[in-house]
Amino acid sequence: MKIEEKLFLLTYKHDKQTHITIRSNEPCANQCGAQWGRPCTTFCPANVYNWDGEKIAVSYENCVECTSCLTGCPYQNIDWRLPRGGFGVQYRNG
Amino acid sequence: MSEAEKFDAIVVGAGPAGSAAAHTMAKAGLGVVLLERGDYPGAKNVMGGVMYGRMLADVIPDFMTHAPIERVIVEERLWIATDDSAVSIGHKTANSHGEIPNAFTVLRAPFDRWFASKAEEAGALLVTGTVVEDVILDNGRVAGVRTGRADGDLLADVVVICDGVHSFLAKRAGLQQREIEPHEVALAVKEIIALPKETIQERFNVSEGEGATIEIYGTVTQGMGGYAFIYTNRESLSVGAGALMSHFMKTKITPYALLERVKQHPLVRPLIAGGQVVEYLAHAIPEGGYKAMPKLYTDGALIAGDAAMMVNGLHREGSNLAITAGRLAAETVIEAKAKGDFSAQSLSAYREKLQHSFVLKDLQKYQHLPEFIDRHSDLLGIYPDLVNHAVHEMLTVDGMSKREKQKKIWRDLTARRSLWQLLKDGYQTWKVIR
Repeated sequence: MKIEEKLFLLTYKHDKQTHITIRSNEPCANQCGAQWGRPCTTFCPANVYNWDGEKIAVSYENCVECTSCLTGCPYQNIDWRLPRGGFGVQYRNG
Repeated sequence: MSEAEKFDAIVVGAGPAGSAAAHTMAKAGLGVVLLERGDYPGAKNVMGGVMYGRMLADVIPDFMTHAPIERVIVEERLWIATDDSAVSIGHKTANSHGEIPNAFTVLRAPFDRWFASKAEEAGALLVTGTVVEDVILDNGRVAGVRTGRADGDLLADVVVICDGVHSFLAKRAGLQQREIEPHEVALAVKEIIALPKETIQERFNVSEGEGATIEIYGTVTQGMGGYAFIYTNRESLSVGAGALMSHFMKTKITPYALLERVKQHPLVRPLIAGGQVVEYLAHAIPEGGYKAMPKLYTDGALIAGDAAMMVNGLHREGSNLAITAGRLAAETVIEAKAKGDFSAQSLSAYREKLQHSFVLKDLQKYQHLPEFIDRHSDLLGIYPDLVNHAVHEMLTVDGMSKREKQKKIWRDLTARRSLWQLLKDGYQTWKVIR
């Protein structure tokens, strides 16, 4: 089962606004690739972060709010905030 | 224009720590509001999840009659596994569990909902769908919280911070200055795999209402420090794996690929065969232990649970520390209310209570373990192989004399890990867990 199919099983209350932004493209484009290999594109369990050749594309709708990107970005370059009250993932089992 | 409402206490987060705190304070007659950012308690929470009965009974003595528990654990197994074999050690009991079972599995969405509803029954005001964005400071003292709602300021004598791993409020309240490091937190993923209860009971050899847990260490985490687990629920299995964040960053293994490898392991596959994945979950777990904890109290605030890094990873304990800490925080607030003193000095009694309980005692016991796991996860690759080889060789009946076999096993072992190295490994491991 691919990750997209697993995420599809989840219930979300999607907000129109993102709760995740990349602070600056500079570290992603000029430093992280060589130094770290852009770990956000691999450690995120919900495939939120993808390098499109120029910048990190953020698919905030996938986010399961695990909070790992708060520690995992070596440049502290991810501005991750709590989604607005009631929005985001809603686990049925947990 | 309404003035900000004032409560005796505000609890942030309706997880195990928050609901335990809110219930205890409400029962003592305090005016408590319990704030939860999810639409319902449990919406944002993930656990393996094994919960421990006595700590819950300390808050809700008769929980067995109406809490949504999955299976009472009667067997716990530990597998030290290679890619295709395992040496296992375990314990199973045929004794009935008595009034309070030692351990049982739960699903957090129904469980947290139930637990928060008990706090409501006791008189706490549960407000869901509400994010706490900041604490309100009054001359350096925590005096309340700012929520995401319009006119959403709430005031209280004490704020009990239970907002989970990577607590934002810990920083805002001045309890934590620094960032959490990647080796201080683990990332775990799991799936809920639905199976008929008869199938579960047959495969795991348990009766109705009873369950088993399996923890798997070894090559299953592909060189990363962590483990995999299989827990039985009533009509599903919780199957998951986790490893240190710092190791995920180094190896670039994706969490879902890690979990797929676990599920494909020849010893795991038959246990989950025919099951249907009904949910996929992920969460960070505090692993830094005692050395990574924030300050536990300040003027007008206390912190408990994952937000305070209260997890004993080696023993798979977190929710029981959270429930106990929530209760002890509540008892501290009740005492402070009687004195009318909510200063740090008064609230320092919280730390004393934690120190007298297993919470700080256990966290202190294992305070050197997180660093050890970060540095020596290679042992997880080496020892399962050695142990499996040794045991397999001993069990193989191939005509070699037993004395020769013993010598051969010893030669094979020390060829891969010298006697000096074995002794050093043993000593270093003993030092961090004693």
